[in-house]
Amino acid sequence: MTAVNKDDLFEYALRLGDTSLVLGHRLSEWCGHSPEMELDMAMSNLGLDLIGQARLFLTYAGEVEGKGRDEDALAYLRDALDYRNFLLVEQPNGDWGVTIARQLYFSTFQQLYFQQLATSADEQLAAIARKALPEIEYHVRFATEWTLRLGDGTEESKRRIQDGLNSLARFTSELFDSDEVEDRLTAAGIAPDASALRPIWQERIEQVLAEAGLDVPPPHRPVTGARKGHHTEHLGYILAEMQFLQRAYPGARW
Amino acid sequence: MTETLTPKAAAPAIADTERTAAEQAIWQVLAGVNDPEIPAITIVDLGIVRRVEVEAGKPVRVVVTPTYTGCPATDVITFMIRTALETAGYGDAEIVQEIDPPWTTDWITEDGRRKLKEYGIAPPPPGSTSKRALLGEATAIACPQCGSTQTEQVSQFSSTPCKALHRCRSCLEPFEAFKCH
Repeated sequence: MTAVNKDDLFEYALRLGDTSLVLGHRLSEWCGHSPEMELDMAMSNLGLDLIGQARLFLTYAGEVEGKGRDEDALAYLRDALDYRNFLLVEQPNGDWGVTIARQLYFSTFQQLYFQQLATSADEQLAAIARKALPEIEYHVRFATEWTLRLGDGTEESKRRIQDGLNSLARFTSELFDSDEVEDRLTAAGIAPDASALRPIWQERIEQVLAEAGLDVPPPHRPVTGARKGHHTEHLGYILAEMQFLQRAYPGARW
Repeated sequence: MTETLTPKAAAPAIADTERTAAEQAIWQVLAGVNDPEIPAITIVDLGIVRRVEVEAGKPVRVVVTPTYTGCPATDVITFMIRTALETAGYGDAEIVQEIDPPWTTDWITEDGRRKLKEYGIAPPPPGSTSKRALLGEATAIACPQCGSTQTEQVSQFSSTPCKALHRCRSCLEPFEAFKCH
């Protein structure tokens, strides 16, 4: 157990919060556009869970930073370069197959990761993970059931989920990477060692794909950059929509 | 695995002989605050009031826990508690959110379960927070209208984060069920 640098902890809480926030926003985009009304509600529910996580992580990040920034200041007043979410979660929804593929990759990862984070030496991060885990069970179940349904459905549904899985696979390596910040936090017992989770994740994904009659995506060249704030072009559009009001009317409340 | 990570604690009951008269008075006020999304039950029935702390010379402190992380009702509930306490003469009460240990449906009181059923929402069976129940492999949910257990889940998600959508195959009525958590 080594002493923890406040900047590291702030950075780490931002990474967790931004990932939940951006995926929560993405899922909310389905509201009114889903294949069925039940799925409008499902996507809104999943999105709400993620935004709930984001609120807790960003509030904590603001407290750790100690400069008076609250969850709203961090969410609405930072630009793309300052965002630390995984590239996977900012990828566009595409069709239902792409969204389900993204959800399968991410929820499976988040469940494994939060099971470790729940025993973190940082009490607040552990508490947030424990609170979120029962909800994540539903996310994993939802993504798994839909992967089976699409893979085992028609030729077209199978093609669409397979295309989604193949096109997003290159963004999954990043989930298991690390950098100096996370290495120090792992040494301090705060951050899980993500690389150790990769074989379990791979096994779970392959299990679901085998049951769904889908192929494991071919080897891909990983695309990374989130930990440095290097994003794909899509994040800027999300922020433009999400932040417009607070940028145009600073401090607006209602 | 998750089961070991979810600490179970008993739901605080409305009547508790361990409480001081001052604390009990606050609990009575809280027992008059209805859940904004499911007005048939109170926040005490729902098990989201964790503690009430009364110390001489200090503002009353009420500790509540959200059901779901992103539940939009959380802010409204805080506001409603504040209003109820102010009306009862506790103007400077402090309302604190505590997320750990996480809320589970096991904290819904017996009274709360009965009221949910009467309101047309199938209550979660007590002690149902195991993984098997979550994965739909265990207990059948009884229809709150006719009592039949010939029911099916239409969607895991419904009008609020804490409920799922079901349908009764006997009386054909759709109904909501509280999700095991």
